[in-house]
Amino acid sequence: MPQPEPQAAAGTPHDVKTAVLVSSGRHPVSGRAGRAREDARAVEMGLSLVGADLSLVHAGDPEQASLRECLEGYLGMYHGLDDDRDGQLSLLPLRAGEDALPLLAAWLERSGVRLALTGQRAECGEGSGMVGYLLAERLGWAIATGVAAIERCDAESVTVLQALPQGQRRRLEIRLPCLIAVDAVAEAPRQSAFGPARRGRIETVDDLLPADESRLDTGSADWQWQPARARPKRLKVVKSTNARDRFKAAAAKSSASGGQVLTDLSPEEAAEKLIDYLRAEKILAQDDQ
Amino acid sequence: MSVRRLDPHAERARRNRLHPRHHEFARPAWRWTSADGVTRINPHALGAIGPNGIKRIDRSGAAVEASPAGGASTSAEPARRQIVIDQPVGHVVVVPELPEGRLNDHDRDLFGLARQLADGHDLAVTAVTFLSGVSGFEDAGADRVVDLSAMVTEGYDPEPRLAALVDVEAALSPRHWIFADSLPDGGDLGRRLAARLLPQSASQGANASVGDARPATRVWQLSEGKTLSRAGDRQDILRDVARVLLALPECAEPVSETRHEARVIELATMGGELSSAANEAPASGVIDRGRVAVDPQEIPLAQAPFILSAGRGISDWEGYHHAARVLGASEGASRVAVDDGYMPRSRQVGATGTFVTASCYVAVGISGAVQHLQGIAKCQRVIAINNDPSCDMVKRADLALIADGDAVLAAVCERLGQPRDQTGSDGSWTDEESRHAAA
Repeated sequence: MPQPEPQAAAGTPHDVKTAVLVSSGRHPVSGRAGRAREDARAVEMGLSLVGADLSLVHAGDPEQASLRECLEGYLGMYHGLDDDRDGQLSLLPLRAGEDALPLLAAWLERSGVRLALTGQRAECGEGSGMVGYLLAERLGWAIATGVAAIERCDAESVTVLQALPQGQRRRLEIRLPCLIAVDAVAEAPRQSAFGPARRGRIETVDDLLPADESRLDTGSADWQWQPARARPKRLKVVKSTNARDRFKAAAAKSSASGGQVLTDLSPEEAAEKLIDYLRAEKILAQDDQ
Repeated sequence: MSVRRLDPHAERARRNRLHPRHHEFARPAWRWTSADGVTRINPHALGAIGPNGIKRIDRSGAAVEASPAGGASTSAEPARRQIVIDQPVGHVVVVPELPEGRLNDHDRDLFGLARQLADGHDLAVTAVTFLSGVSGFEDAGADRVVDLSAMVTEGYDPEPRLAALVDVEAALSPRHWIFADSLPDGGDLGRRLAARLLPQSASQGANASVGDARPATRVWQLSEGKTLSRAGDRQDILRDVARVLLALPECAEPVSETRHEARVIELATMGGELSSAANEAPASGVIDRGRVAVDPQEIPLAQAPFILSAGRGISDWEGYHHAARVLGASEGASRVAVDDGYMPRSRQVGATGTFVTASCYVAVGISGAVQHLQGIAKCQRVIAINNDPSCDMVKRADLALIADGDAVLAAVCERLGQPRDQTGSDGSWTDEESRHAAA
């Protein structure tokens, strides 16, 4: 969906350091490892904002076989920009059972990032969507979620469009530094190309925090993971003491609701009824005419 | 004890329909108890002669309902049991979404989930609202209501709301918080609160159950003291009930048998020190600049809030497009209009096109094929404008206007002050959008 016209000219070069927190994704049908859909949209948003100055960060297990494949999906998006620098990604090594939060917070603080973009929820793992909120709470940053587009960005604040239900939009002004979670209705990501993906550099940052055991994630120790079950369809249960009512409810056509039928109307009367109904239901504003 | 005696002459006259005195002895009832105590049914006496002279047997009980002595109308909804909890030992707090100021189905499911957690433990289900004057908490299942509308403003201001919820946390220290996991409303606020509460509960010591503190998101089932929450990558997490729950729609059955008191309580009387968030407002990092006008034709049809849909009954297509612009509605079409080439395929509503979820759907000149009615099954309000009062769309509609569609749309444009020949083609969508206040 195209976004509404921005208020002012967007995307002028500025010195707000921008980073995207990317996660490993999973294709919804084939299950193949790749870029995550919302994170890819966040990278697209960041590339159109600051171009090749965008830096990427991922906290994950460097031993994992498919990790390079996942991250190359993001690095391959560095094409079609003004300058032909290659993408650069900071990999924060994470052992199994460790919490990514202290690492990410330390990296964001050290690198001087003021605008961090990410998807709303990860596609692998818990997928709770809490990382952005916990980072914002820990760093004292502002956070906005469900962002569809960035309209304007200057040194102090960023103006974004937030996606609401039913295709509506809301304009928010967010003070920097801030964290922005990108919604699935944001602009579609550009394709990942092979050459930029091969040329992109993955730099391992392993001196962020002193190695100790406190980073272990103990909260999720006693969770049981199981394959997702299909959610049961809710049955329409009719609570009635009367067998006849239960039968009628079970056999009734749902369409027969019995609304108001107005006949013998001239077109003007019908139009008046229609407008009155729409105004009563607050579809049309009251104050026009 | 009297001996039951039969009159053999009367019995013979009753059995023989040709007997001249048969009508004197014939039983009016089609069901009776015989002398042996057996229930007898006479199928010939059953039913009534219909208007066409054919005997009809009505087993639906409609005749029973029609009779005033039936009293069936009062028994349609069984009376709810009143539940009063005077001194709860704790609280389960539900923060409903309240779109358009009403409880929706998702909110009722949240209350159902809260009742599952509260019942049997002498806990009270407490609703926290940021809107005043919301009704229906009694039937939804709330024992207490906390109205925080004085502490927040309209629009999107997550920081004051979060501060108000932290006050509730200080005053009530609820066992569980339940939010709707829908971004950017309940899911946003719930995650903010969870992120705020997590360091607190971690600092309170390790004797409290540690796994309890992490919020459970996308909870879809509660069974045997454990919650199932949907994780990424086709996995479910089975875990103990967390402090903060963000639940999906249909996470539990809504309350249907009981009625609760929904007593309004003040936070100040509940003890606990308030952080006086209303006085010192935290520096809000997010400022709401208001809604943005969206071109209704650019909204995906499946999400559009207001659809003006056209079918075979439309002949003046320019007038229809103009009416859609004037009303600020997205355009939809029936299959016939699409097949005839008047509308693009992407605008087709129905089982073969798009399933729409509009809150208001206006069908002009659409008779309502089954496939089309399936496509609009989720629409809240349907208005039909049609020449044929017997068509299916009129039966489905909440408001049906029996008139010619073209003429009605032209009259609507005229009444709204923008007849077609005056505005011409310069009517941009933005000034129409300003009058379009659909939520």
